[in-house]
Amino acid sequence: MTAFILRRLVSMLLVLFCVVSLTFLLARLAPGSPFDKERTPPPWIKERQLQKYQLNGTLWQQYTSYMRDVVHGNLRVSFRYRNRTVNELLAQTLPVTATIGLAAFLIATTAGIWLGCLAAARHHTPTDTGAMLGALFAISIPTFVTGPLLILVFGLNLRWLPIGGWGNWSDILLPAITLAGPYTAYIARIMRTGMLDVLGQDFIRTARAKGLTERKIVYKHAVKVAILPVVSFLGPLAANLLTGSIVIETIFNIPGAGSFFVNSILNKDMFLLCGVTIVYCTLLVGLNLCVDVAYTFLDRRIKLYE
Amino acid sequence: MNEPTVWQRLQKRNTAKLCLAITAFVVLAAVAGPFLLPSGYGDLTSNQFAPPSLSHLFGTDLNGRDVLFRVLEGARISLLVGGAGALISFFVGTAYGLISGYAGGKIDAFMMRGIEILYSVPRLIIILVFINAFDSGLKHWFAALHWDTFIAYSRIIILILCLGLIEWLTMARIVRGQVLALKSQQFVAAARSLGQSHVKIVTRHLLPNLVGVVVVYLTLTIPAVIMDESFLSFLGLGIQAPQASWGSLLSDGAQVINPVRSYWWLLVFPAAVMSSTLLAFNFLGDALRDALDPRQRK
Repeated sequence: MTAFILRRLVSMLLVLFCVVSLTFLLARLAPGSPFDKERTPPPWIKERQLQKYQLNGTLWQQYTSYMRDVVHGNLRVSFRYRNRTVNELLAQTLPVTATIGLAAFLIATTAGIWLGCLAAARHHTPTDTGAMLGALFAISIPTFVTGPLLILVFGLNLRWLPIGGWGNWSDILLPAITLAGPYTAYIARIMRTGMLDVLGQDFIRTARAKGLTERKIVYKHAVKVAILPVVSFLGPLAANLLTGSIVIETIFNIPGAGSFFVNSILNKDMFLLCGVTIVYCTLLVGLNLCVDVAYTFLDRRIKLYE
Repeated sequence: MNEPTVWQRLQKRNTAKLCLAITAFVVLAAVAGPFLLPSGYGDLTSNQFAPPSLSHLFGTDLNGRDVLFRVLEGARISLLVGGAGALISFFVGTAYGLISGYAGGKIDAFMMRGIEILYSVPRLIIILVFINAFDSGLKHWFAALHWDTFIAYSRIIILILCLGLIEWLTMARIVRGQVLALKSQQFVAAARSLGQSHVKIVTRHLLPNLVGVVVVYLTLTIPAVIMDESFLSFLGLGIQAPQASWGSLLSDGAQVINPVRSYWWLLVFPAAVMSSTLLAFNFLGDALRDALDPRQRK
């Protein structure tokens, strides 16, 4: 187990190193910078500016000095938001993104697992067909369609929920539901397939022969095994939720890290762009490590059971 | 061999036929539609925000353009990006999966670990960095080559390339699994013992047997790429005005929703067209997968 985690940690660091280098180089080599104004400034001013942001010297020098700063946890200052460090900006916005992501994660997993179990337990009934058709709809309709439509219905026509902004607990509801929608559907589909496989196995027949109720069989015995494919989907799920929240934040006007990411690209705000990418990747790769560890743990227990 | 073919099995499902008809209709409308509408529907006019009527079925937008015309134009670009991107992902994914599965052993383990890693990084975010780094470079390159017609399309080309290069992971996994299963079968062992080269085994024996699975995942990759493209365009980082894709149209539509006056037709019609197309593609893919699934042949 320790060896496994260590090996994963090494590969995680390798991935992060590659991502950071790639992002830095691409952002540095991309033409255009916020220093480009309509008038070209005299060379000495440009030199001064570059020096201020530690972007002078050869590319190799810039790269190594940036990497040194990143290792020390310093993501440098933003070009656009004057005199504010990227660390500061991220510390303000990341909790917001994390809250939405977590809420969506909880909704997607609980609703998805429940729906999947329900559909599998009632295989070949209208409930099953309806749930799977609903899942296909949820997967096919993008969140930037469902989001504005939900605003239109619940925010503007019914006036039940706020249409955007951040501050009250009720502000989380609509964005989280919108974000969770497609992933609830994915999880429901994965759960249903897994459950159908498990329900055909011998130990379930034994459970049935013992005279257990169907409810007990599905929710107590079969779920433990059938949930494994869902657990292995949690890694990609986290990646998708993080990417998806960028759109959600734009639709609902939420001051999260995602909108900073989009703006940093539009403004050519290099250090902010690198910072957000680094933090997102670290988060994800870390989460994936947790999922992998959880999976081997769960898997081992199940092997003992069988 | 009286087993019904995949095509026959598909024909039995009415919903699958309907989905095939919808996709065909959307593609046809995207190709021919803009020519059939009266000329001038795509021009800027003073007829702003006209609600749907007989002359403008989907209403008009902020610049007085016909929304139906814009949606069809958007369909062209979205479908082009989706189709071409899926094609690239098809080549990359099949090649990767074939090599990984056929080589086996350590190479296979290494390549599959690579896929796992790619699954876990936010690919769309990295691709955004890519697109913005290379877009102007591609423009300069076209300008230097005097390929002036391509300059306007450089954004689309870079989108197609980048999206094609990120959506191949599932395809590679599926192909690899299939190759592993095929490799252990007797006809491959026979070919090998007859002294056929690796290239010939792959092209003559493995590839023809992969067609089915690959087609299914191609059908499922097209909507995925369309979704990615509209995601980027919705954020303003994909297709740039005056060109339109479904994503950028939806972004325009979402912006004019406000409590005072909602121009609902700017949102509802592009959303309906895009969603039903994606739904049709996904449904078709699912139906194809079921039709090909050996477990369902009993």
